Amino acid sequence: MKKEVLYEVKAIYRDDFRVTGYTFGEGEKALCIIGSMRGNENQQLYCCARLVSRLKQLEEDGALMPGKKILVIPCANPYSINTKKRFWCTDNTDINRMFPGYDLGETTQRIAAGIFEHVKGWQYGIQFASFYMPGAFIPHVRMMETGYQNTDLACDFGLPYVVVHHTRPFDTTTLNYNWQIWGTQAFSLYTTNTARVDEESALQSEEAVLNFMARQGLIHYHARGGYRSEVIHSSDFVSIRTEAAGFLKCFVKPGQRVTRGQPLARILDPYDLSIRAELKAPVNGVVAFAGDEPMTYANTAVLKLIREDE
Amino acid sequence: MIETVTQLGLPVDEQLCIRKNRLQPEGGGGKRISIVTGIHGDELEGQYVCWLLQQRIAEHPECLHGTVDIYPAMNPFGIDSVTRGIPAFDLDMNRIFPGSVDGDMNEYIAAEIVEDIAGSDMAVDIHASNIYLTEIPQIRINEITAERLVPLAQKANVDFVWVHGSSTVLESTLAFALNSRGVDTLVVEMGVGMRITRSYGEQLTAGILSLMKTLGIWSGEAEITHTPIISSDPDEVEFLNAPVSGVFVKTRSHGAILSPGDEIGIIIDPLQGTVLHRVVSPCEGWLFTVREYPMVDQGSLMARILKGHTEEARQKGGEAL
Repeated sequence: MKKEVLYEVKAIYRDDFRVTGYTFGEGEKALCIIGSMRGNENQQLYCCARLVSRLKQLEEDGALMPGKKILVIPCANPYSINTKKRFWCTDNTDINRMFPGYDLGETTQRIAAGIFEHVKGWQYGIQFASFYMPGAFIPHVRMMETGYQNTDLACDFGLPYVVVHHTRPFDTTTLNYNWQIWGTQAFSLYTTNTARVDEESALQSEEAVLNFMARQGLIHYHARGGYRSEVIHSSDFVSIRTEAAGFLKCFVKPGQRVTRGQPLARILDPYDLSIRAELKAPVNGVVAFAGDEPMTYANTAVLKLIREDE
Repeated sequence: MIETVTQLGLPVDEQLCIRKNRLQPEGGGGKRISIVTGIHGDELEGQYVCWLLQQRIAEHPECLHGTVDIYPAMNPFGIDSVTRGIPAFDLDMNRIFPGSVDGDMNEYIAAEIVEDIAGSDMAVDIHASNIYLTEIPQIRINEITAERLVPLAQKANVDFVWVHGSSTVLESTLAFALNSRGVDTLVVEMGVGMRITRSYGEQLTAGILSLMKTLGIWSGEAEITHTPIISSDPDEVEFLNAPVSGVFVKTRSHGAILSPGDEIGIIIDPLQGTVLHRVVSPCEGWLFTVREYPMVDQGSLMARILKGHTEEARQKGGEAL
């Protein structure tokens, strides 16, 4: 294992901003893994830290395939984690909306360019990503629909679902999108949580990455069974929106199977707890996402289901 | 007449309400212009324009021959909380258009706004750069709509029309959504965030009255005092980004005419008492953007210079802007 600073910005009153990478093995650029890019992505950082620890052990055990190099960048934005700001501290810009970056541009454009210089050109790329809504997601692999996506490869993670995501204009500046455009097979890995560390889904994601690596011939590892992934499109999610605002009480969790008409959540009046709305399953399905904020706005997709045939 | 564009109940005892004021002659009729501002909650220059335009129209209601819709606060949460984006979501509202009536709260509001403005003959979307930069009154036009919009922008009493390259990300802006629906939409950038520059407000108000004249909905006075410099060549704009982190102290104001080597500001280190970098112009040109907020990270934008065009800029009075 080799630890090195990949990109650095000097600050006036803070310690230098550093993006640190861990390299395992030598040879062709086989797999690059990147963790937290935003200040609330503690789970994403934790997942990467677990992988660094596991890969170090695998390397010591001689379990890395010769001629294959692996790079792990646990955190692309230590400044924001340290100040508990989601985006860049000074101007609130999002590094993951700046790719492929511009080395003569603004600060986060330069950081994105500096990172992209190191992460481009790898055969496979995995980003531990987070959803912008607070809540818990069913673990899955997500890929942008760029025309270059390879869903068969994504199934090698052995997670329950592979989600192909329709690309919107503002997605074109994300790492995942640019990775694909520049020839890397790119995958976004969603674990259950973002701000809070969830051991169970972190362990699941670690196994998923090791399974993937074993199936691509990057490591000697006895790939556990995992799931036979189902490939779905993001438009196949059935969003269940709140008709009213108020306290949110969800009765279900991600991964839970529900039947049409089943009560899933209630919105309660914040002054007297009377029921403002009851959300019921419009279809048979599996809960993919459940919001976990105590209060919700109206018109908010607090639950998402994956439809199952009736 | 005050009208509600869209309204949503909030969790605790409050309605989120986007409102507009519709000004019309008796009996209605005529064309329609929409004046939009407050998409970014920290940009307040448009507030004064919305007020002043109504003052001007109220002074001569007999000169109004069409509809003027004024939307002063597209992002009321942002304005109220001194936040650029939509605070609860940390979301840039100008990246979610055209929105979706089936989308989340913000996408729904965006869709309702677009629906309400659609049908206007023209729209003016007023911005104030951000809290970091001060801008000469200018109109920015995506190259794909330049043919349609540059002739209109020339009548808007601004100092600069910047035709910039197309970018996929910009397809999520209100202006793109409206232009795609056939509403000629001009994006104005002027002044600086969190402040009101009265002279710029007066300048743009005259420009809006001029545009209204063009549409045939205003027969009163519209004094045009500024002719824009037009730039559509991307190589004409020089960006100066900070090579080091520090405290930027500007020594020239926006509007200055620069020669190569002219100092624009210095980046200092107050801890060590040193000058870290002297910011100088690399070219002859016109300083149309300059940094207002002193703290800079390595890479922070400090200035934009329009190369050449100095004779046109000099005719504007240079530093007097």
